[in-house]
Amino acid sequence: MRVFALNHFLNLFGHTPLARRRALWGIALILPNTLGLFFFFGLPILASFFTSLQDWNGLKPAKFVGLENFARLFTDSNFWQAFGNTLKLMVFSVPIGVVLALGVAILLNQRLPGRNIFRTLYFLPVVTSTVAASVVWTWIFQPRYGLIGNLLAPLGLRDLQWLTRPDLILIPVAVVTIWQRLGFDMVLFLAGLQTIPRILYEAAIIDGATRWQRFRSITLPLLSPTTFLVFVLSIINAFQIFDQVYVMTSRTTLGGAGGSATTLAYLLYKSGFTNSEFGYASAIALVLFFVILGFTVFQLRLQRRWVYYESRES
Amino acid sequence: MQPDEQLPRYLDSGRLVRLLTFVILAVGAAAMVLPFVWMVSTACKPSAELNRLPIHWLPEQAACLENLQQLYQTSEEFNHYLVNSVVLTVGRTLGQLLTCSLAAYGFARFRFPGRNLLFTLCIGLLLVPFQAIVLPEYLLIRQLGWRNTFAALIVPGTFSAFALFLLRQAFLQIPLDLEEAAQLDGANPLQVLAYITLPLSVPALAAFAVITIQAAWNDFLYPLIVTTSAATRPVTIGIALLQGERNTPFNLIMMGSLLATLPILILFVLLQRYFIAGVTTTGLK
Repeated sequence: MRVFALNHFLNLFGHTPLARRRALWGIALILPNTLGLFFFFGLPILASFFTSLQDWNGLKPAKFVGLENFARLFTDSNFWQAFGNTLKLMVFSVPIGVVLALGVAILLNQRLPGRNIFRTLYFLPVVTSTVAASVVWTWIFQPRYGLIGNLLAPLGLRDLQWLTRPDLILIPVAVVTIWQRLGFDMVLFLAGLQTIPRILYEAAIIDGATRWQRFRSITLPLLSPTTFLVFVLSIINAFQIFDQVYVMTSRTTLGGAGGSATTLAYLLYKSGFTNSEFGYASAIALVLFFVILGFTVFQLRLQRRWVYYESRES
Repeated sequence: MQPDEQLPRYLDSGRLVRLLTFVILAVGAAAMVLPFVWMVSTACKPSAELNRLPIHWLPEQAACLENLQQLYQTSEEFNHYLVNSVVLTVGRTLGQLLTCSLAAYGFARFRFPGRNLLFTLCIGLLLVPFQAIVLPEYLLIRQLGWRNTFAALIVPGTFSAFALFLLRQAFLQIPLDLEEAAQLDGANPLQVLAYITLPLSVPALAAFAVITIQAAWNDFLYPLIVTTSAATRPVTIGIALLQGERNTPFNLIMMGSLLATLPILILFVLLQRYFIAGVTTTGLK
């Protein structure tokens, strides 16, 4: 019986000695990275579920409190303010960013002198660190001596306090986000445009379709899977905004006056690391996690449907 | 990337549209580059010129070197920050190259029980935003006694689901015959990986390298939580600290961000082909 069980177990690894040896090699090869990922990323994920059910500030021992942290979350005005700020940033930055990126990609997707240089220039902000970008834009948005103020000086807006006024602070944050995201989205759109068969355009041109008609009836529908992907990735990105807020408000009030620039990610940082409310911060982390997971799963499911739709068409 | 390129000439609908396209793109590109120009220009302005109206684009008395000197007087540790960033970046990149190419090869070419499940779990980590685990990650590092150490900055960063995914994709493209021929000649899997698979994956390795370097160099939140002293802090924190001091003049801050940005911009311009290829195959950076 025992021999049988052993054989059964060995057969899992392959039916010949060679196959078994290769199976062991495979396991040995994947082991370091898999263990490392589990230890440094898998465990913390499990831990945050656990911590979110506890009242724990790092000083006194942790106490199990069930869903109390989540209950507190939903009645906490700071949480709703941060949630609202995050949504506002998303609404400011995502549609504008995606439309600009699409426009640039379509213009770039043709024979043009200096095309590669343009692509490089549009992409430069993507590789710049968000911290450096935010520092530069903080200077650009300074009242009176900043670049934006002086561009808007004819409208009498030179002294506008972009970074201290609670009703304005999200605009600079959104601008940095768009500036840093545009080149990335553009590259995804350019890749999507490559997948549209050129023969469709040639046929349309012979049929006398105008540029606008070609865009409306060929480019836009066939690009829709890419557009959707870009939208979802940008939304996910917007939900994680942290560096910009930290840096752009560090000269005045961290998180913006009265929390006006506090995003979910920033609130999580503040609750966890400034206030040492580990349990509460973990509850915020889980909300962030599930919102992003939701968008990702939604994207993956719809993407599958789209691929199917396409293959049925052709 | 050459859409209209092969269109017959008579179908080309006119130079005017192309000229207009060019102008729009040029204006857009200028707007994208303007912050960089403003950064460089400010980095070279003497403090007296910062608060002068109307604003001027070129410093009247260029003070690049003076500002650099002053930056080092204001923030004596600035060199530390830069060196720390280099150590962090090199450490993570080499570490990932090792662990992730081994793992990617294992997942791509070997059969063993639980392979697909493990791979799915590893890739599933890509769905988890770092912010969501930042707190337990900090507690883990604290538990290990790694706060303010290079171990904290480097070791967790040597494991990557992203690099695993990217490299596995690349390894799957390599014809099996070559690897099998080497195997018949008596090469063990490590030799096959080192002498056949990796040399044939140079474009993917370049994509991996430039994306990993960029991400490591620009990392902010993670170093922010595990470091508290200049001995281990990277340059992203260095410039955030400069900015946080309310009276640091902007010319010094711009000089700091120039130093932090330049290496990565140069690297990107040299290797952008690979960077963009990596971004488009994964949809991530």
